[in-house]
Formats: sequence, C-alpha cells, structure tokens
Amino acid sequence: MSGWASHLVIGPIVVPLVAAAAMLLFNDRRTWLKRALGIATTVALFAMALVLLQTVSTPAADGGPARPLVYLLGDWAAPFGIVLVADRLSVLMLMLTSILGFAAMVYALARWDRAGPRFHALFLLLLMGVNGAFLTGDIFNLFVFFEILLAASYGLVLHGSGVVRIKAGLHYVTINVATSLLFLIGVSLIYGVTGTLNMADLAARIPHVPASDLMLLEGGAAILGIAFLVKAGMWPLSFWLPTTYAAAAPPAAALFAIMSKVGIYVILRLSSLFFGQDAGAAAGFADTWLTIGGLATIAYGVIGILSAQTLTRVAGNYILISSGTLLAAIGTDSATVWAAALFYLVSSTLAVAAFYLLIEPVERGERDELAPGAPGAIFEDEYVGTFDEEEDESGIAIPATIAVLGGGFILCSLLLSGLPPLSGFIAKFAIIDGLLIFEDTIAPTTWALIALIILSGLAAMITMTRAGIDLLWTPADRPQSYLRVVEAAPIALLLALCFVLMVQAGPVMGYMEATARALGQPHLYSEAVLSAPRISQPAVAP
Amino acid sequence: MEIVLALGIGIFTASGIWLLFRPRTFQVIIGLCLLSYAVNLFILAMGRLRMDAPPIIERGVAVDPSQYADPLPQALVLTAIVISFATTALLLVVLLASRGQTGTDHVDGEEKDGEP
Repeated sequence: MSGWASHLVIGPIVVPLVAAAAMLLFNDRRTWLKRALGIATTVALFAMALVLLQTVSTPAADGGPARPLVYLLGDWAAPFGIVLVADRLSVLMLMLTSILGFAAMVYALARWDRAGPRFHALFLLLLMGVNGAFLTGDIFNLFVFFEILLAASYGLVLHGSGVVRIKAGLHYVTINVATSLLFLIGVSLIYGVTGTLNMADLAARIPHVPASDLMLLEGGAAILGIAFLVKAGMWPLSFWLPTTYAAAAPPAAALFAIMSKVGIYVILRLSSLFFGQDAGAAAGFADTWLTIGGLATIAYGVIGILSAQTLTRVAGNYILISSGTLLAAIGTDSATVWAAALFYLVSSTLAVAAFYLLIEPVERGERDELAPGAPGAIFEDEYVGTFDEEEDESGIAIPATIAVLGGGFILCSLLLSGLPPLSGFIAKFAIIDGLLIFEDTIAPTTWALIALIILSGLAAMITMTRAGIDLLWTPADRPQSYLRVVEAAPIALLLALCFVLMVQAGPVMGYMEATARALGQPHLYSEAVLSAPRISQPAVAP
Repeated sequence: MEIVLALGIGIFTASGIWLLFRPRTFQVIIGLCLLSYAVNLFILAMGRLRMDAPPIIERGVAVDPSQYADPLPQALVLTAIVISFATTALLLVVLLASRGQTGTDHVDGEEKDGEP
C-alpha cells in the first residue's frame, strides 16, 4: 500500500475525532445536521474496517501468513515512536465496533439523542477511544485511549440525567479513576523492568528478563491486568457493571457492550504477546488465574441472571457470563479454543447489543422511572422539551408491534441462551468441542467450565422465558406499545448479522482460526512492527 | 533521596486509600487526588532516580547516555497529570450533580445510620 491508502490504519481514530470536533462548532439545536454527520461517520468507519479486513486477510506475496499493517506515527522508527498495528484481531474488533456504533446511532434517532446535550459528539469520541485501544501498539498509548473512551462513557452514562444515572455514574467514574491509577502503576513497573513500552518490543524483551526481575515484571503485569479485568467485569471486580449498564440510556448501553470486550481484547492481546509460548520463564503467567476467575464470573453471572428483576439487569449479568466464558477460554491457552472464543465474542456482543436495544420498547409503559425527563437547559443552545411532543418525525409506527417485539425477543433469547440453530449455539458448541479435543486427560477445571457454560445457557433460558411470559404473553391492561421503524431496523440488523454468522459459520470460523494461530506466533507480530520501514529513509538492517 | 521518595509515596498512598473508603464524596475525591500524586511519583521513580542530570541531550553532539536522566517517565508523568486533572474536574461535576439531586453528599446518594 502506498500514498493515501497507507494512512488508512489511522482513519478509524482520526475520522470520528474530526467529526466530533466539527459537531461542537454547530448549535446543538441543529439536530439533523449532527445526526447526518454521526451516521455518515459510522458508515465511514464500517467501510474502513471492511477495507482493512480485506488487506489483513490477504496472504503475503511470498505465500506466508498475512502480515499485520504497521503505521509509524510521525515516521519515528518502531520502538521509539508510537505505532499503530492493524492485525486480524484488531480489525475484527474494529468491524464489530463500527457495526454496533451504526446500529446504536440509528436507534438513537428515535428519541434518545435528544435526552441531553452533545450526544453525537460523545458517542463518536467513545468510538474513537475504542478504535484507538484496538489499534495501538504501545501500552502507554493504550492508557491514553482508555482514558478517552472512559471520559466519553462518563458523559454517556449520565446522558438523560436523573437520580438513578447520577448515582450509578458517580460510582462508575470513581471506580474507573481508581483503576486508571492501577493501570499507570502496572505500566510503570513494566517500564522499570524492561525499559520499553512498545508491545512488540516488550514481547521480544520479556524472554530475556533476568530471573531476579521476573517477580517485578509479573507483579506489574498483574496490576495492569486488574485494570482490564475491572473493565471486562471479572468477579469480584464486577459489582459496578450491571448497575451502571442498567442505568445508561439504551443506545449507550448497547455500545457499552463493546467496552467490556475492550478489556477482554487487551487481556488476550497482552497475554498472547507477553506470556505466550516463546516467553521463556514468564510463559503461561496467570493462565490458571484467568480460568478460575472466569469460572467464578460465570457462576456469579448465573446467580445474578436468575435473580434479576428487570431486563436491563438480565442483560448486565449476561455480559458478565459472556466475559467469564471468554476469560476462562483465554486461560486455556489453546488456539482451537481461542478461535471458538472469538466467534463467541462476536456473536454474544451482537446479541446482547440487540437485546439492550430491544429492552426499552418491550418494557415501554411498564416502568417509567428511567425515561428521560425534561430538565432545564444547561447550555445555551440545548434542545429542551419532552420527547413525546415530537412524534411526527420518524414516527412511523409498525403494525402488529407485539408480534415484531415478540419475534425479536425470541431470537434474542435463543442467542443469549445458546440454543440451536442460531450463532450462539455454534459458538458454545465450538468452545466445548475445542476444550474436549485439547488434551487426552481433561482437567477438572475444564469439566467445570463445560458444566458452567451449559448451566449458564439454561439459566438464561429460564430467565428469558419468565420475562417473556410476563411482558409479552400475558395480556396487559397498559396501552398498546408502539415501535418505530428506526428502532426496529437496528435491532433487525444486529439479529440478521447473527443469522449471517450462522449461515456463513464456516468462512467466519476459518478467519477466527487464522486469527488465533497468528496470536500464537507473537514473534511474527514483533518482527512486523520492529522492522516496519520508515517513509523518509529505507529501513536499516538490524 | 530514595528514602524520602519512598516515604512520600507510602504516606500519599495510605492516606489516599483511607480517604477513598470514606462515605463522603468530597473525601473520596481528595483520596483519588492523593493517590494520583503517589502514582506520579512512582512513575518518576521507575525511570531511576538521578540528581542534577538533564533529560534532554544536545543535537549533533556525541553524548554518553549514562550521564542523562531518562526523559520518558517525565513525559508519562506529564500525560498522567493532565488526564487525572481532567477526570477529577469531571468527578467534581458529578459530585455536585449528585449533591443537588439527592440532597446528600453520601457516596450512595442516601444517608445511612451509624456512619460519620
């Protein structure tokens, strides 16, 4: 790639940043301008992810595996400057983010983007932070992108205001500021031991860390890991998650589904790079802890989902179950299980995002305490008014609402509980299959994981059936609920993608397997980054 | 030098954690501030302590890097200070909103019996 195409890697960061900054120039009452800009940006993000996906999955010219794309910021040579790296895993996550971003943005058109000021700008900044965290190849830069996505998410948690959101937001901000400090301690410990912050350089240097410093390095990695595990919601660091996500506005909550996966992504990326097979004395660090933590998280999520009284809590606890399954699968350190886990990650994220969007229309009229009020204007140009006064625009209601909602609810239930024929079943089946062919003798933790995966599906089924009977089946004396096309379309899009995952399971699984294989060869990643040629002068032979 | 820095980090961390577990929002914010001071000093210490050594080398002059301080942790500390400043400001706004909406400065938004 040359010319403008070589700058494509930084596009998913720069485009939302510029669009969000441009939005701040305009009056907040010009809603349609901001909406158009927001949707255009998410479409552009999707297009960029698609092109990158094409590029990174094309095999190299010499027939070897596809090499990651490396972008040297400011044309500084690799270990000295900050690098962006787009490999199969990060592009997969970019793709998932852009799809969720588009769906949530369209859904917000119905009314949620008017619940408070600056929704679209915050939304795009969150997308920028998430994309940056997926692309960066430097752990301190990762911290910066984490702070960007967290700062935007603080705004989105509070979007719509109200006592419930402010209480949840206060806890959320405090917990995340405290974990950011842990992040910094971990980063600086790793820097103190190895003298570098570049992930590829770290992967190359960790095997040569002297035994006397190994404890410090592992301590640093563990403290760093806690920061990501809080984000991913591993028990016992997860108590904030269901409450916060339940309080957030539905489109924001749907996007937060990818935020917990950012934690999972970083754990997978760093543990495969730093503590993979080639890491010498540090190899396999914390794998057992990830498995045990994952098992505890699934168990906690199962109890939570069975005792949940509202659908938002069901979704929050389902995110915990999904995080736990992924963490335990990462802890197995087997490429087959990793491939299946990546499939599960995509499927469960799409499903839970669709579910978050579906909850609000299903429960509409049932409980109103989270419905946005009409607070006084804080900013001069703020839109003030209740939502329901403006039913005219985009207010095309779908006939037979209850049938559409019920259908969507059934599909979500199938996906969340992992029943055939949808992609949730394929994902769980592939994980269990990978666990069983992994070794001759199967460890007790593996049996526990299989049992918990099946049990969590059962628990999700019980809860969803109970909620479905309560909310959709029994005739209610509340007024007939309504559903707008702009609300139904994103839900349908996400569920349709799960169908595509089911029908095209073969090719998708092939991509995941290649991704997992690439994760198992961290030296390829290191070589690609450290030998990346500068533009201004040819690469110097090492 | 080392003992002073180590004591400083220790006292900041201990006070910060104690304040973080207090039930009043303002105490929590002050606790987070103290913790971020401790972390900033810690990052600086991870670049090894050097007295009277400049972090920036002159352009075009052959130098001995061992005579210079590590500039990277200083850059990291600057970034960390800016970010923690911004998030603290944001947290203060949420604190005020919480105080205004719930009428109490308790971290859970409601008064509980037997707590200071």
